[in-house]
Amino acid sequence: MEDAARILQLVVNGAASGCIYGLIALGFVLIYKATEMVNFAQGDVMMLGGFVAFSLIANFHLPYWVGGLLAILITAAFGYALDALVIRRVIGQPQFAVVMLTLGLGFIFRAVAGITWGYDSVGFGTPFTNKTVNIGGLILGEDNLSIIVGTVLLCGVLYLFFSKTRIGVAMQAASQNQLAAYYMGIPVRTIFSLIWAISAGVACLAGILLSPVSMIDVNMGFLGIKAFAAAVIGGFGSIPGSLVGGVIVGIVEQFAGYKLPAGFQEVTSNVVLLLMLFIRPQGLFAERMGKRV
Amino acid sequence: MRYLFRTQYQQDIALFRHNGDRFWYGLLVLLVLAAPAILGEFYIGELGAVFIFAIAGVGLMLLVGYTGLISLGHAAFLGIGAYVNAVLLAQGVPFLVTLPVAGLFTALCGAAIGRPTLRMSGLYLAIATLAFGSIVGTVFQKWTAVTGGFDGFAVPTPTIFGVAVEGATGIYYVSLAVLVFVLWVSANLLRSPAGRAMVAIRDSEVSAQSMGIHLAWYKTLVFAISAGMTGLAGALFAHYVRYLAPDAFDVLLSVQFVTIVFVGGLGSLRGAIFGAIFVRLLPQLIAIVRDDLPFGIGRLPGLEPSLFGLALVLVILFQPAGLNGMWLKMKTWFQAFPFKRQASFRRQKSYAKSERLR
Amino acid sequence: MILFQAQDLSVRFGGIRAVDAVSFDVRQGEVFSIIGPNGAGKTTIFNLISRIYNSTSGKLIFEGKEISHTPAWQIAGLGIARTFQNIELFPNATLLQNLLIGRHCHSRAGFVSQLAFLPSVRKTELAHREKVEDVIAFLGLQRYRNALIANLPYGVRKVVELGRALCIEPKLLLLDEPSSGLNVEETEGMGFWIEDIKKDLRITVIMVEHDMALVNQVSDRVMALNYGKVLALGTPQEVKTHPEVVKAYLGAEVAA
Repeated sequence: MEDAARILQLVVNGAASGCIYGLIALGFVLIYKATEMVNFAQGDVMMLGGFVAFSLIANFHLPYWVGGLLAILITAAFGYALDALVIRRVIGQPQFAVVMLTLGLGFIFRAVAGITWGYDSVGFGTPFTNKTVNIGGLILGEDNLSIIVGTVLLCGVLYLFFSKTRIGVAMQAASQNQLAAYYMGIPVRTIFSLIWAISAGVACLAGILLSPVSMIDVNMGFLGIKAFAAAVIGGFGSIPGSLVGGVIVGIVEQFAGYKLPAGFQEVTSNVVLLLMLFIRPQGLFAERMGKRV
Repeated sequence: MRYLFRTQYQQDIALFRHNGDRFWYGLLVLLVLAAPAILGEFYIGELGAVFIFAIAGVGLMLLVGYTGLISLGHAAFLGIGAYVNAVLLAQGVPFLVTLPVAGLFTALCGAAIGRPTLRMSGLYLAIATLAFGSIVGTVFQKWTAVTGGFDGFAVPTPTIFGVAVEGATGIYYVSLAVLVFVLWVSANLLRSPAGRAMVAIRDSEVSAQSMGIHLAWYKTLVFAISAGMTGLAGALFAHYVRYLAPDAFDVLLSVQFVTIVFVGGLGSLRGAIFGAIFVRLLPQLIAIVRDDLPFGIGRLPGLEPSLFGLALVLVILFQPAGLNGMWLKMKTWFQAFPFKRQASFRRQKSYAKSERLR
Repeated sequence: MILFQAQDLSVRFGGIRAVDAVSFDVRQGEVFSIIGPNGAGKTTIFNLISRIYNSTSGKLIFEGKEISHTPAWQIAGLGIARTFQNIELFPNATLLQNLLIGRHCHSRAGFVSQLAFLPSVRKTELAHREKVEDVIAFLGLQRYRNALIANLPYGVRKVVELGRALCIEPKLLLLDEPSSGLNVEETEGMGFWIEDIKKDLRITVIMVEHDMALVNQVSDRVMALNYGKVLALGTPQEVKTHPEVVKAYLGAEVAA
C-alpha cells in the first residue's frame, strides 16, 4: 500500500512537470506547424512571462487571476511584436538562421531579465501554494494538480480554436505553401505574428503555473531543452502529441530519480530523446512526409 | 580591376587563384609567424585561443556550411579530444602520439553519432546533437575515475622531441601548425569529388543519390572529419586552459561554435577564421570598453552574453552572409571602384520554402 | 538487343495503385516515349527505375541483371542517368560544379588521397574536367560555366539538367518532361539534341513527354499509360490512333 502511494505520487509529480514541458513544447509545435521555424528561446519567453506576472502580482499587488491574465496578454503582445519586428525579417532564410536568431534572442532575454529583476529566485502568492488535497487517502499538492488541470483546459481551448475557426485553417495553409497562401488573400505575416502571440501566451501560462512548484529565476528557460524531448516524442507536428510527450518525459524522469543513483535524472530526458529519434524519428503522432520529385 | 584570364584547367583547381592572392597570403603567413616577437604574451595567448577555435570552426564549417548538417553538440567533441589527450599524456604517451590519437578517437565518436542520425533532417539533427552534447557533458562529470569529475584534471605539459611546449608562444605555434594543416586538408577536400558530394548532399539529397553519391557513407564521413578536427582543437584547448573542468563543455560552448560558423559566413573557410576571431575577441573588446560606456551600462551584470546575443541577432538580420560576406563586399567595392553600386549586393525577396519536403 | 525490361511492375501508396502491372522493354539504341495524362504514373515509373521508390511487386532488369533491389546510389554507376521533372540541380553551386558532380560515379579517387590531393587525384580531376567540357561544348553552355545555378534562367537550367545526366556517360537516359517550360524554339532544340544523343552518343533514351510533336519527331516506340496501367504500346502512329488512348485523352464520346 505504501509503495502504490509512492508510485502514484511520482506519477502525479511527473505528470505535473511533464505538463510544463508539454506546454513549452506546445509553444514550439505551434510555431513550427505554422511557420516551420523553431523558437529556441521559448523557455526564455516563459521566464519573461513569469517575471511579468511576478511584477504584477507581487509588486503591483494585483489579484492572482487578474494579474495572471494580464501577464499572459502582455506576453502575447510581446510575442506578436517579436515576430513583427524581428522574426519577420528572416523569412526565406534557411531554417538554421532562425535557430541561431532565437538562440541569440535567448541570450538577450536572459540579460534583460537579470538587469530588470535581478538574478535571485522570486515567487508570488498563488491560491495553490502549500495547499494539499486529499483524494482517497492520498495527499497531493494542489500546485501540481493546478498545473495538470490548467494544461488540460488550455488544450481544450486551443483545440476548439484551431479546428473550428477560419484562422486555424488559414494558419495551416500558410504553413504549407506561403506564396500560395498570399495569393489566396491570407494575411500571412499577420497570421504568423498571431501564432507567435499565442505561443508566447502559452509560455507565460506555463511560467505562472510553474511558479508555486519552483520559483522564477533567470535560468528557468533551460527547461526548454527538456521540452524538446517532449516535442520530439510527440512528433513535431502534433499538438496533443507534445503534451503526451511531455508527460512521458516527466514521469520517466521522476522514476529515474527514484530508482537510479543520484545525478542520472538530468540525463534521462536526453536519453529518451535520442532513443526516440533513433527508433521512431517522426514521433508517436506525427505525419510522415516525403518530397515528390 | 583584376580580370582572371585562364588558360589551363589546372588554374581552376589550384588553391590560390592568382599571384596577387599568393602574395597577400604569403605576407599574412610571415606576419603571423613573426607575431610573438612583436606582440606581448597576453595577445599571443589570445591569438592561440583564436587559432584553436578556428580549428574547431573549420571542422564545424565542413559539416554545417558545406554539407548542411547542423550540430548543436560540438562542444562534446572538443571535450572528448581534450580529455583523451590529457589522460594519455598523464600516462606518459608522447604528445606527438596523443594529438593524432585524440583526433582519430574523436573522429570515431563522430562517426558513431553520424551513423544513427543519417535519416534525420535539419531540425531533428539539431535536437539530437543537442541531446548528445548534453549526455557527453554528463559523462565527463560522472566518470570521475577517468576525468576526475569536478575535481578537475591537471593537464601535463607536452614535449615535442624533448622540447617542452610551454607558455603562450608554444601553444601559439603548435595551434598555428594544426590550423594550417586543417585548412589544407579542408581545401583539398573541397576541390575533390568528396567536397562536391558534400555540397550535393546539402542542396538536394534525392538528386545526389541519382548521381551516384552514397548518402550514408558521405554523411558519416563528414561527421567523422568534423569531429576529428574538433578533437584536435580540443587536445590543444586542454593545453590552453591547463586544467580541465567538465562543465566547460556545455551547450553554451556549442552555441559559440555554431556562432563562429554562422557569423563568419556559411560555406567559406575564411568565414571560420573570421568567426573565431569574432567570438574570441568580442569578450576582450567588451572588457576594454566596459568602463567607457555611458549610463553605467558597463557595470551591469550579464553584459557579455547579452552583447553576444545582440551581435548574433544583428548579423542574422542585416548580414546573413556573415563576416565573409562583408569582406567580399568590401573587396568588390575596392576592385570595382568607382563602379560599385548598392544594388550589386541587394538581397532578393525570398519566400519561405518548406524544408519538410527536401 | 533488349537493354532494359520492366516486368509486371507495380507500386502502391496506401490504397492507390500508382503503377499497376506495367510491363515493357526497351531496345538498345532506341528512343522510347511514355505518354499519358497527368497522374498516370509516368514519373513514378522513373522513380522506380532510379530506385528512389521501392516497388511492391514486379521486376526491373537492366542489361540482363535484376536491379529491383539495388540501392539508389548504385544506379548511376550501372549506367542509368535521369533528369527530374522539376529540376533538381544544386542551386548554390556553379554550373561547372553541377556537371562535375555528374562525374561522381566515375570517380576512382580514394578518400585519403583526396584529403592530401595527391597527384593521382589531380590527374583524375583534370580528366573529369575534359569530359565535362565535352558535354558543355555539345550543349553550348560555355558562357554559363561559372554562373551559380540560382542565377540562371529556367530554360538554361533544363539544359544543364540534361548535361549533368550526360556527364554520367550513361547507357540508358531517362528524360522526365524535357520540354516542359520551354518555348517553341527551345523545344525544337531539345528535339535535335535528343536525336544527336541517339545517333552520335548512341545512348538509349526513355522519355516522359506531353508534347506530342516532340514525341512524334524523335520516338521509335511509344507507350501510353493511364491510371497506372498500360493502354497501348507500339510505334507513334499506332499508339496515336489506338481507341483506348483516344478515349483517355479525348473522352469516350469522341472515340465512338
